[in-house]
Amino acid sequence: MHYFTITRSVVFALLIINKAGGLIFNRTFAPGLQKLDSNDYLILAGTFHGIHAISRSINPAPPEPQTQPPATHPRRPITTGIESLESSHFRLTCYQTATGVKFLLFTSPEQPNTEVVVRRCYEIFGDFVMKNPFYNLEMPVRVEKFERALAGYLVRP
Amino acid sequence: MPAPTTATATATTNNNPPTPLDFKESDTIPLPPPKPFQPSLRHPASRKSIYDRALSRPPSSTSLPAFAHLFNTLITYHHAKSASVSEIEGRLNRAGYPIGIKMLDLLLYRQGGKAVRPTRLLDLLQFVHGVLWRGLFGRAADALEQSTSKREEYMIVDNEPVVNTYISIPKEMSQLNCAAFVAGIIEGVCDASGFGTEGVSAHWGEGDEMWPGKTIFLLRFQEKVVEREEGIKAAGG
Repeated sequence: MHYFTITRSVVFALLIINKAGGLIFNRTFAPGLQKLDSNDYLILAGTFHGIHAISRSINPAPPEPQTQPPATHPRRPITTGIESLESSHFRLTCYQTATGVKFLLFTSPEQPNTEVVVRRCYEIFGDFVMKNPFYNLEMPVRVEKFERALAGYLVRP
Repeated sequence: MPAPTTATATATTNNNPPTPLDFKESDTIPLPPPKPFQPSLRHPASRKSIYDRALSRPPSSTSLPAFAHLFNTLITYHHAKSASVSEIEGRLNRAGYPIGIKMLDLLLYRQGGKAVRPTRLLDLLQFVHGVLWRGLFGRAADALEQSTSKREEYMIVDNEPVVNTYISIPKEMSQLNCAAFVAGIIEGVCDASGFGTEGVSAHWGEGDEMWPGKTIFLLRFQEKVVEREEGIKAAGG
């Protein structure tokens, strides 16, 4: 017996937070989230930045791998902060890059491969924002090619 | 009058300021000794430097992101030193000029056999449109046109210049086209072939929805070059 399940896998929005916790990019790609004004997005980004830092400290340390030789002095275990947050209406995926920039992706809970999607967003960022001579680091992102490439990738036609 | 033995004697007897020929040890500051020459040519384990590599075999592929980062720094440097958009374009043009001169020799060498530099205007334009573009970007340029109003102006069109791949111009500088660097390369090639130009500039091709990055390179040849060409044509060359 065949039956169809209509999965609406949608990407709602992308937020980019810089090293200091300030919001540098914010774009909504599909309706479904509550409308917030620009100030609320700034507060959201700052709050998440703080919570991410706290969660990194209280994260239970992973067990030491057996294969490694015992260190001369105990090293601080490497922990990560919040990686995903799920509710019945949305899923939030957070990817923190090696340079401290955080990518927050809001999707529907059915969206598969959110890791892949957010990593591709990072690639597009690295291409059109980092390689742009007119972009000042840690400043709000106002780069036309970046927005065009992102829309092409995330908006389902 | 006896020659003065010391400067002070001169000063007291003549009441004149010491002439420049009066030389005292305390007037000089010794220069630091010259640093020994440090060669920066790299010699990897195979004992061969970059000069030993064959010219006729171009490198298989160069990383576009690596070029993008270098070009990025070049633009940022000139942007900081310039007061206007046209000044940035002029500086990028000057930066590309020596590359054009060297590219002409290199590409002719790679063509092999008895390749000679183009001596006719149309041959030069075909060379730039085809060989130069393929040598630089791996593909030919998109169009070659002659201006209808001025006979010394020609245009080469590139729908998507490779150097502009990652560059988005901010609104306040929308006139700037960083392909001015490539325009400098073209100018170098033309000058080295003996076809002097008044300048080669890069302009945005307006109103093309499919190719938002379309760039038109305007080549303005000198009057004497055009007259020479007409003369050859009239003589049946």
